[in-house]
This record gives sequence, structure tokens and C-alpha cells, in this order.
Amino acid sequence: MINTGDILETIGMIQNEHLDIRTITMGISLLDCCSGDIDVSCTKIYDKITRLASNLVKTGEDIEKEYGIPIINKRISVTPIAMILASSGGDPVKYALTLEKASREVGVNFIGGYSALVQKGFAQGDEALIRSIPEALSRTEHICSSVNIGSTKTGINMDAVKLMGNVIKSAAYATEDRDCIGAAKLVVFCNAPDDNPFMAGAFHGAGEADCVINVGVSGPGVVRSALTKIPDANITEVADMVKKTAFKITRMGQLVANEASRRLGVPFGIVDLSLAPTPAVGDSVAYILEEMGLETCGAHGTTACLALLNDAVKKGGVMASSHVGGLSGAFIPVSEDAGMINAARSGCLTLEKLEAMTAVCSVGLDMIVVPGDVTPEIISAIIADEAAIGMINSKTTAVRLIPAIGKEVGDELNFGGLLGSGPVMRVNTASPEKFISRGGRIPAPIQSLKN
Amino acid sequence: MRAVVTVVGKDMVGILSKVSGICAENRMNVIEVSQTILQDMFCMIMLVETADEGANFAAFADAIKAEGEKLGLVIHAMHEDVFNSMHRI
Repeated sequence: MINTGDILETIGMIQNEHLDIRTITMGISLLDCCSGDIDVSCTKIYDKITRLASNLVKTGEDIEKEYGIPIINKRISVTPIAMILASSGGDPVKYALTLEKASREVGVNFIGGYSALVQKGFAQGDEALIRSIPEALSRTEHICSSVNIGSTKTGINMDAVKLMGNVIKSAAYATEDRDCIGAAKLVVFCNAPDDNPFMAGAFHGAGEADCVINVGVSGPGVVRSALTKIPDANITEVADMVKKTAFKITRMGQLVANEASRRLGVPFGIVDLSLAPTPAVGDSVAYILEEMGLETCGAHGTTACLALLNDAVKKGGVMASSHVGGLSGAFIPVSEDAGMINAARSGCLTLEKLEAMTAVCSVGLDMIVVPGDVTPEIISAIIADEAAIGMINSKTTAVRLIPAIGKEVGDELNFGGLLGSGPVMRVNTASPEKFISRGGRIPAPIQSLKN
Repeated sequence: MRAVVTVVGKDMVGILSKVSGICAENRMNVIEVSQTILQDMFCMIMLVETADEGANFAAFADAIKAEGEKLGLVIHAMHEDVFNSMHRI
């Protein structure tokens, strides 16, 4: 029989340390649903999603019961809708309403892919879709939206950056009565991955198979708990412990991914090796950094600790899974992480420090609440800074800011559930207006002379 | 399929009999049992296997969890593959 200590360790991870499978995400290509008539496209999309995903939620629940592993979310990602809109034309919100209807029919938590990829320029349909995002998010509950505005190979589309500042602000206004939640479901990416299972940035890339299963694991609580057992170890041992723990967590993800793929008859895509926190105490990435020896997340030393954590998670996870992809690494969403919320409230964690942390973490400025009177130009400039970090370092970066309409620094927004709650953070208000109004593109960076 | 059942809680009369009774009712065959008592905490690990087509593991997992709550014990039933994949390469 398996070693008793190993059995009790696994059960302790699930019972006490919040180990779970964060999401099983079914990626569905909608390219075969294109039609010159938007109503025909919508019907085809609804039919395809409800056909392929009809058993997704039930299969997830069955695996959860049989294996005794909590599976928190069952989600769908689809081909960026801007590609479908390119051939059909018409009002893009019709697609959002169709996706919403399909998500309710199959019972998933979120459906991602109300997206456009405009890193080099706007194709037919892209701009109309982007401009419709605030309305689409305010009229639906389950839709997530993302826009890719830059990449290492293409540079940064500054016209899109400028537009996104306005779109984020409008999305917050359109859902002002619901704690501006629209903006919490909208991500702006640089180097967006095609196979990301995590929301709000999930979409099914154009190079993907017709239908795949991607799985995202979680487990910051497990890593932190492992580190509490070696309080006086040196940093080499800390990194080794993170690697070993990440390996175990990821093996669980691979097991669930294989099983879901077999039961649904859909090929396995990737496991996303992410440490995704939740607002629950004990499920925080910030607490791991504090366990490494920082008084508070945000103190000097945070970037180094996060770099170690992010790298060790990848090293441990890579061997545990046959295919790794998505965002893979440590997430630092402020409102979704109890430790980050505390650090932001105390003033120790600032937007500037978070920006530095994004240079070494897996995503970017995530779930950060900013004052409602921040101008669209400042939001655009924050996006440009973040995209520049991603572009130059050949990594994914993202911005998910929530302008808290009518609120100021010190107030809070509360989204509930996994999205959590966050204090409004101070933003540098010196104007970048002239820079943002120029438009154009930042050229793609040189890939040699690295220094 | 094979599953690992763990039972942890305050020792009392009849734990083994009640747990194995539920295994029998749900057509789960007990293959191996290891148990220790640390001070007065009872800790048992059982390896069980579905005996035939009539076995329903999901119903068994629910029943055994409910019995644990009734007796004030923490009882878990999980697929054996979870432990194999996590602890063996």
C-alpha cells in the first residue's frame, strides 16, 4: 500500500491547505461557425457550444466526487469573437448574448473569448468589437473579455492602447451599480497565450485544435505550508521545497486533465502550472513571500522572492505534466489574495512595486482598484508601461484595472466570490496625455544585445 | 477501481465495524487495513476495491462521509490514483 505519511500529506493538502483544481476549461474553436449573416453565426455558435460542452459540468462534478479533489470552476474559452465578427459584420453584442445564453444552458462559471487580437493593427471587426465591450459586459454575467495590444514579435499598438483606456473606464461606468465589475472581466494583454484556461483572459487561439481540455491548478496554501516546515532553511532549500511541492500539485492537475479528456472524448491540451490565490485566508501568494522572510508583501526584497517562487513553480511543474502552457507561474491579483489586500491597505504595497513584481511574475497588474477619477489617458499609460515590460522580456503581461467610479483612495470595492474585494490604490496623476494621444506603434524590440 | 479510505478521530467502540459495514453495503471489498492509535486518536487507512458491477463509488464516498460526520470522525474516500500520481513518478 502507499506510504501512510504520503496519504496523510495529500489529505492535509486538500483539507487544510486549499489544494484544488482551479478550473477545467474547454477550448472550442468557432471558426467553422462563421457566416455572412450574424444571426446564422449566432445559431451555429450556440449549437456547437451546447453540443460539445453539454457534459462538461457533469463530468467535472463526477471526477470531483470520485477522486475527492475539489474542482472549483468549469469554463469555456472560444475563438476570439472579433474573428467571427470580421466575416459576419453586424452588432457584436449579439455574440455576447449568444455566448451568455449558451453558458447558462451548459452551466459553466465563465465563458472567455469576447476578444480581439490587435497587436499590430485593427482588422475588420476588431475595433467594433472592442468598442462594444462595455455594453457586452454590462448586459451579461458570464462573459469575459480580453484584448491583445502588443507582442515581442510585433511591438505595441499604441492606437489600441489609447482606445483601451477609454474602454476600461466605460466598462466600469456601465456596471457602476455592481461595484464596477465589468472592468474586472476585461484584461488587456501583451503576448497573450493561446491556451490559457484562466479567466478573464482565456480565449481559444487560432492555431489550436477544434476542441481541447486545458486544466489550471492552484495551491498557494500548500506551498506556504511546506515552507513553514523549514523556517531556518537557506534560500537554496526554499527553492527546492517550492519545486517539490509544485511537482505534487501539478501531478494532480495532470491526473484530472487526463481523466476529463478521456471521459469527454476531447484531446488534452495543457496544464497551466499556476499558483492562483483566492481571498480565503491561507490561500495567498503574498503569504508565501512573507513566509520567505518579508515583514509584508511589497517590502524591498519582494521582487526577488517572487522571482524565485515563479521560477521554482515552473521547474517543479514542468516535469509533472506532459504539456505545459497557459500563463504558468505565480499570479498576483490584488483583490483575490488576502495577503495582497492587507499589504495594499497598509500602504506597503503600491502600484509602482506591483509593476516591478510583474516583470518576474506570470501575468501582470491584476485586479487592482484605482480611483474613479483616474483619466483614460493614465489607464492607457499604465497599459503601455506594462506591455513594454512584457514586450522587452518576452513574457506575458496583462492589465486588469478597475476604476472605482465615485470612490477615492481608502474606499473599497467588493465583488464577492473568487474576485474578492480590494482597496482603492493611489495612482500617480502626472499627465501622460500627449504621449498617449500620439498613436502609432512602438516598434518590435531587437532580440540580441541583451542588457 | 481502488480507493483509499482514511478515518481520523477520537477512538470509540465499533469504528472498524461501522466503516467496513458501509464498505460491504456498497459492494466495496476491503483489501488492506492499517490502523494506529496515537494517545486516544484513532487513525485508520483502508485500501478498498469495487467488488463488482453493482458497486457505486460516488454513493459510497457520500455514505462514508456522512457516517463520519455522525460519529464525529473525519472520513475520506479518494481514488487510489490521486496518491499514486502525486507520490510516485
